[in-house]
Parts: sequence; C-alpha cells; structure tokens
Amino acid sequence: MTSGRRLLRVLGRNLLAAVPTVLAIVILNFFLLRLAPGDAADVLAGESGAATAETMAMLRQRFGLDLPVLAQLQTYLGNLAQGSLGFSPRYNMPVMTLILQRLPGTLMLMGMALAVAIALGLAVGTVMALNAGRWPDRLLSVISLLFYSIPGFWIGLMLIVAFSVKLGWLPSGGAETIGANLSGLDYVLDRLRHMLLPAVSLALFYVAVYARLTRAAVLEVAAQDYVRTARAKGLSAFAVGTRHVLRNALVPVTTLAGMHIGGILGGAVVAETVFSWPGLGRLAFESVLRRDYNVLLGVLLLSSILVIVANLIVDLIQAWLDPRIELR
Amino acid sequence: MATLDAAAPSNPAPAPLRRFRALRALLRNPAGVIPLLFLGAVMAMAVLAPRFYPDDPLSMVARPFLWPGVNPAFPLGTDSLGRDVAAGLVWGARISLLVGFSAMLLGVSIGLVVGAVAGYFGGRTDLILVKVIEIFQTLPSFVLLVVLVAIAQPSIGTVTVAIGIVTWPITARLVRAEFRSLREKDFVTAARSLGFGHARIIVREILPNALPPIIVSSSVLVATAILMESALSFLGLSDPNHVSWGSMIGAGRELLRTAWYLSAIPGIAIVLTVLALNLLGDALNDALNPRLSQER
Repeated sequence: MTSGRRLLRVLGRNLLAAVPTVLAIVILNFFLLRLAPGDAADVLAGESGAATAETMAMLRQRFGLDLPVLAQLQTYLGNLAQGSLGFSPRYNMPVMTLILQRLPGTLMLMGMALAVAIALGLAVGTVMALNAGRWPDRLLSVISLLFYSIPGFWIGLMLIVAFSVKLGWLPSGGAETIGANLSGLDYVLDRLRHMLLPAVSLALFYVAVYARLTRAAVLEVAAQDYVRTARAKGLSAFAVGTRHVLRNALVPVTTLAGMHIGGILGGAVVAETVFSWPGLGRLAFESVLRRDYNVLLGVLLLSSILVIVANLIVDLIQAWLDPRIELR
Repeated sequence: MATLDAAAPSNPAPAPLRRFRALRALLRNPAGVIPLLFLGAVMAMAVLAPRFYPDDPLSMVARPFLWPGVNPAFPLGTDSLGRDVAAGLVWGARISLLVGFSAMLLGVSIGLVVGAVAGYFGGRTDLILVKVIEIFQTLPSFVLLVVLVAIAQPSIGTVTVAIGIVTWPITARLVRAEFRSLREKDFVTAARSLGFGHARIIVREILPNALPPIIVSSSVLVATAILMESALSFLGLSDPNHVSWGSMIGAGRELLRTAWYLSAIPGIAIVLTVLALNLLGDALNDALNPRLSQER
C-alpha cells in the first residue's frame, strides 16, 4: 500500500472516532451553559438597566428559554450546525465571529511555544542522553525539574521585570507596536519581538517535559539492535543519530506533544492575560470578568475542537514517522 | 521437595515489609529527604500560621511599599495597602497545601474507582469509561477549570472540587493500565478460583500491587493542583476572603514596575513547594521501583 493511501486511512479512522467525542462535548457544553447563573434574558435585562416580569417572560419566550430542556438542546444543536454559538450583548457581535477573530492570535502563540519547547527539549534531552549519568546530565535534569515547577504566569511576570522593565529590550505586552505602521520585514520582526516573552513563558514547562522524555527515548532507542546494525554497516555517527535514533525517539515526543495541546491552550489563558495578548485565552478571562458565559463556553467548545484537530494532525505525523502505526 | 518449593510461584512479599523497604530506601536518598524536610517545614508554617501571625493577614499593619529587608519587623516588606508580605506568605501556605492535598485526594479517589472498574472488568464497561476519560482529556483542562469555577462561583470548596474534576483522568488512565496487566497474573487467577468476589479481588489483591505508581503520581498531582490553584487565584478566581500565593502575585502584578518583589516572593514560595513535591515524586519512584532506577 502506498504511504499516501495509508495516511488517508489513518485520517478516516480517526475522524470517525472523533465524532462521538465532539457530540459529547457539545452536549456537556449545553448543560454547563444551563448551570451558569443567569440566562440571556437576565443579561439583556441587566444591560438595559431594568425590566418588568412581563418583559422578562417575553424575552425568555423569544429566546426559547421557557421550552423543555430537550427542545432547548435541539435548538442549541440546530444553531451550532449553522455555525452559531449565540450572540454576545457585551461585545455586540456573534460569539462565533468574536472567537474566530481571536483564534489566529492564540494559534500563533501556541505554535511558537510548541516549536520552542520541542526544539529546546530535543536538544537538551539529547545532550542529557549522550552524557547520561555524568555532570551535564545531572545539572540539566535539575534545571528541567525546576522549569517543570515554575508557574508559567509567574515566570512571565519575572521575564517582564528582567527584559522590559530593567533591560528595556522587549515589549511587556500586546501583539504589535500600536501606531507604528510597520510593513514587510520590520512588521514581522515587531510581531516576533512581542511574541517572544509570552511564547517562552508558555514553553518552559514543556521544555522540561520533552527533555526528560527525549533523554529516556534516546537511551532506549540507542540500545536497539537496528542501531547497532546501522553502526556496524559503517554509517557515520551523525547519520545513525539523526536517521535511526532521533527519528524513532521522535514518536513518543509527538504523542506527548499532541496530548499537550489542551494544556498549552490552558497555559495560553494565563500567558495571554499576563502579556495582554489578543487571543482566545484572554477572551476567556475577559468573559469571566464580564460574566458572559455564552462566550466563555464558546471558547471551551472551540478549544476542545482545536485539540481534536491537533490530535488528528499528530496521528498523521506519527503514521508518517512510523509505518507500523496503522496496524494498531 | 525442596526444589519444588523453590520453583513454586512465590507469593508477593507481605505488603508491610515491602513498604518499609521502600520507606527506608526513600529515607536513605538525600533527594528524598531534603524535599520531605522542606515540605514538613511548609506544613508546620501553615499549621502554626495563627500562632506566628494571629492578626488577619489582610489587615494593614505598616507603611505601604516597604521593601524587603528595610524594616526588621517586616522582613519581607509590605504591599500597596501596608499588609505584611511574610504574614500573607504563611497564611497563603495554608490555602495552597489545603487545596493541593484535598484536590489530589478527590481526583485520585475518582480516578481509582473509574480506572479500577474499567481495567478490571474490561469489555463494554471499559469501552464506555475510556470514552469518558478521552472526552475529559480532550477538554483543555485549565479552560474547563476556569469555566467550572466561574459557574460555581469561586470559593475554597469549589476550587478544590473543580481541580479534582479536571485531574481525575490522569489517575484513571494510570490505574486502568495497571489493573489491565495485573488481572492476568497468576495470583489473581488463584484468588478467582478460590471464589473471592470482584470487590475483594480489586481491593485486597490487585490494588496493593498497583499502588506504587499511584503513590508516585499523587505527589506530582499535589504539585499540579497547587500550580492550578495559584493560576486560578492569580486570575482572581479564588476566595476573596483568603490570601493565597497566587492572589498575592495577582495583586502585585499591577505594581510590577515599581515593586516587583510583591510578585517575586510568593512566586518563589510556589516554585520551591512544587519543586519539592516533584523531587519527592522522583525519589518515591526510585524507592518503589528499585530495578527501574538502576537501569536508568
């Protein structure tokens, strides 16, 4: 079977498995939304300042809030099928539009954080494995355990103190220099400068995880027979290291990276709040402050779907890295 | 006869003896003793907080913005409202440890039950429970945590329960894997052929043998719970009537440019406590799996 068809089959199987998960999450979302204090009628009444009992009843009727739960769930599912998550009176726009506006910011930040974490983690883990048991290994493992124990929001604040308050090298928040009207390369560099601190504060925890994992994986793979064979047939140490050891050690790292997407999204809530980064996480935080539960649960739903999509991609990468994977 | 005895499948050594061996191994390892001592000190600080600082840590006691080390009566300085940072730190330890340990206990209990049932019975039960675990692991746990606490209104109780709800799948997966491999072992078959009930086999036969990895992960889970609580209270999602390390950092955040020590000091307390718990987890792992640690 060609590798393209194999990957397609992996994709199809995983898509099918994701359907019940998505459905369950949607239903959970609906019930959480019903548990939230106050409904849309309360919110609107609160916005307008006052409302009589009759107006409230009329509002509830208009939104279908007086219907039985199952009928409401049906409406919710019907709206969702049309891509609607309801309307946010606070932001005065549909929740879906609001979330899709903030999504790219979060995706960029997560992508950067994940890239930093995997690159640094692989490098540190390989160095640790090559020096297993000696002082560089010990020192790096203590440092990685330290990274593992630092709250992301706190290291973010300390990075702000060091790099923007004391040294003045990097901006302390925002996504770009406001009013600078940059273009081309300058614009890209400006965005990168703004992204660096939040991405690093988000990544440090995962650097520690990947470093420890890479160390264990490299040590395990390096002891395999096929590595000895590769060495025996005269391949250079570099070729053995990259093609045989690191490629196989990548499989557990990518599995874990896929499982971490949700965690990184959670970390983004805090990191984006610390750095005033316009993304989904800060939107979640703002909607908590404004008691806008429609938006908050919309973020939960969309971020869960993001996790599912990310996992599909990770499965494809794995199937490509390790041809045996489809047999599972 | 003697050879037969030697070849007979030896029963796993009695649990208490093995546990003592693990405990001795832990206490011989400096990487286990130092975190234990540190955590003991933090715990003592938390318990004795009312003795050291009988006044409400939220009350004003001195001039605001006193830097650490300036006034010996307030070694860690005071914040923007003249509250003693050291008192906040000591009282905050109570919240962090209380929430950390109770949330871990709750999460581990749910995870134990779900994981044991799924792993032991297998089949359709397992299929359904695994799907539930998968759903919880798909929901980004910190976002779910924020949603739960925001809906239930923040208090020490709701924060603890919410952290338990988002962390139980970690234990459930671990326990399920252990039970799946242990239920095929000879001693379980033997117990079954003796006519023991499912509950007895799960609790008395399999559970003691599945405990080591659960104990190791519990230590790390307390660390996770403390980190989650601090992040929540940093965002303002905590009980407003109690100081916690996270809320101190959150309050100091606005003053980062002028009084960064207000955010730095409680953060160091979190890092050291969480680091001690993670180190303890590693040391427990070495003590409970001596073979594994030699291979590493």
